[in-house]
Amino acid sequence: MDPLGWFEILGRMAWQFMPVWIALIVTFTLSIAFKRKLGLYGKLFDSRIGMVGFFIVAFWLFTAFFADYIITHNPLSQGRGMRNAAPGTPMARLAEGMYEYYLLGGDTRARDVFSRAVMGAREVLTIAPFAAMISFMIGISLGLPAGYIGGRLDTGLTFVANLVLAFPVILLFFLLVAPEIQDTAIPMSMAGVLFLVPVLFFMVLVNSRFHTQPWKRTLYVGAVLAFGFWAYSGLAFNADPLGFWGMSPNLLNVFVAVVFVNAPTVFRIVRGITLDIKTRDYVAAAQTRGEGPWYIMMWEILPNARGPLIVDFCLRIGYTTILLGTLGFFGLGVSPESPDWGSTINDGRSVLRSHPHLALVPALSLMSLVLGLNLLADGLREESLKD
Amino acid sequence: MLFFLLRRIGVMLLTALCLTFVVFYLTNLPAKLETLAKTQAGSRISDAEVQSWLARNGYDAPMLVRYGEWLGVVPGWTREEADGTLQGRCLRRVEDPAMAPARCGILQGYFGQSTRFRAPVSEVIGARLGATGWLMLWVVIVMVPMALIVGVLAGMREGSRTDRSLSTFAIASTATPEYVSGVVFIALLASTTVGLSPLFSSWGWLPENTALFQGNARSALDQITFWNFTLPVMTIALYGMGYVARITRASMTEVMTQQYIRTARLKGVSFPNIVMRHALRNALIAPFTVIMLQIPWLLNGVVIVEVLFSYPGFGWVLFEAAVNNDIELLLAASMVAVVVVLLTQLISDVGYVFLNPRIRIS
Repeated sequence: MDPLGWFEILGRMAWQFMPVWIALIVTFTLSIAFKRKLGLYGKLFDSRIGMVGFFIVAFWLFTAFFADYIITHNPLSQGRGMRNAAPGTPMARLAEGMYEYYLLGGDTRARDVFSRAVMGAREVLTIAPFAAMISFMIGISLGLPAGYIGGRLDTGLTFVANLVLAFPVILLFFLLVAPEIQDTAIPMSMAGVLFLVPVLFFMVLVNSRFHTQPWKRTLYVGAVLAFGFWAYSGLAFNADPLGFWGMSPNLLNVFVAVVFVNAPTVFRIVRGITLDIKTRDYVAAAQTRGEGPWYIMMWEILPNARGPLIVDFCLRIGYTTILLGTLGFFGLGVSPESPDWGSTINDGRSVLRSHPHLALVPALSLMSLVLGLNLLADGLREESLKD
Repeated sequence: MLFFLLRRIGVMLLTALCLTFVVFYLTNLPAKLETLAKTQAGSRISDAEVQSWLARNGYDAPMLVRYGEWLGVVPGWTREEADGTLQGRCLRRVEDPAMAPARCGILQGYFGQSTRFRAPVSEVIGARLGATGWLMLWVVIVMVPMALIVGVLAGMREGSRTDRSLSTFAIASTATPEYVSGVVFIALLASTTVGLSPLFSSWGWLPENTALFQGNARSALDQITFWNFTLPVMTIALYGMGYVARITRASMTEVMTQQYIRTARLKGVSFPNIVMRHALRNALIAPFTVIMLQIPWLLNGVVIVEVLFSYPGFGWVLFEAAVNNDIELLLAASMVAVVVVLLTQLISDVGYVFLNPRIRIS
């Protein structure tokens, strides 16, 4: 068989992405049809930049979701004779039922670059949004009291946040994400502290709302605590009795490091917004009504801070993706087989000048995802400012 | 003002103390020490040999004591060898053991010995910081004017086509981390077999078998040329630029809606004159702070770029030290990083006051 030309490669890739296109068309049709009823999300479809951003992000989300149907080869299997093969090379030895080409070529270990990039999307998109979410909850839970209560608490928390921020991110990664560290209790104890915060966050959130209705309060807080500690036991200590939640030590290490780096920035943002909002009249009204401080923070200040926080959340996912790529680029915390984009870029570095497709495919994928998230954030900012 | 400076310096020292302790703790975990012993004495040594190597080199004392040794508040370790010669932390530096000081740490100006480079840490860091200094200098020379021009052009007419395209460019540049742009640059511009260089060669614009730019910046240590330094500088500058440009744009759009700009327009001042004379000075206050705060963030890029382009500067040393668990080198490197972070913060605060007379500190 002859190698494929660029048009054929693109055509075949587009065909492989068919589930993604269908999902995108459905999402866009529905969203545009009902955009007036969908609040901020619907308004996104009024701004061109926001729509482009959302398109890219949704593309990668669906890619991660349908990855099993998109890939043409197993991302770990090595095709014989396909080492550093150029894009569109037909398989040297075709087995029964195997896809005939390496659409984007082979890597240094003769694995399919296209399938690895697709699977890499799944790797990245399972970690980045969750790491960003946990960072946000920690930042919010500490930033609200720091801004609202102030005083010594504020001084102390700000000092700790600045301490972490003064650390060069890369140095922290080198120190925190290492095979030697994984054997110690450090990642687990850090996870024990960091993951406890979201549980407490939701508990306080529910409790401050319903504490005047004891029955409801007991029910809801109990439900939150039961669910929270179930997830907490699995995620932080890998000790979920039902085996549903769990993270490998590798992943936990990466997760904790990324959250640790991100949370102080969120803290600073939330603290700043809180300092601004707490002077508003509705806060004074709530204080006069006799509401408790946590109610005011969680149900008066937080909802009114959502605009900038949603925007920053999108940016933060993008930044987390970049951080994950950095980790992979230095070969930290990921197994060598892992198809995540950072480590594939690192693998392709050695043959960059002769076979650039190895590193370029994951590099451009990563860039497009982050670009999509940034454009989405920009669109959201524009639309939320219009209110 | 003096009190403000003193307090800032106090906070700086406290931060440095906390950070170095964290670094010290993380690099002195038993598993890390084992790695160190194995990289120093051979990777196939047994556990007992690891222990004896650690004991021989003074790594067996409690962690706090050794942190004190490094600080210079606790006397350095000494030990008598079987042949009667004296070994010790402070004895390596001087010829005569009797002349050696009891304490030697950073308070005495001794930063320790690098196990990776087998040289005093201060020498290693000093030499490498110089190399990175040149890199940073060129990055700032390229990045700051470019970012300011993009930001001002985009912000002077909000919502115009120039604004839209320049803003998208700025967003794209913040979405391109160094390891992506570096890889793209090398593949596109620094290879003799792929990318643009063979194309140009075939058109006769370039001699055969030469690349447009060099993908390896090691030769820049001897002489910085356009050929070997463009790609590393552009790689760092591109990522840092977008953020500064966006801040400049935001600040510029805000200034352009001010009353005094409208007054100037109504008086009939020409648009270029308004931008240059009335708007620019006020619009550049916010970007100044951001540029100063951006400098420590460039350090990340410096590590990536120096590794990618094998330019032996500070970032490369940090990478080597981390990979080899070179404790004292890592500590010194983190001190340098902390000082850079806090110093730029200080400069940005003080500079802000000078630029904006409405602000008073303390």
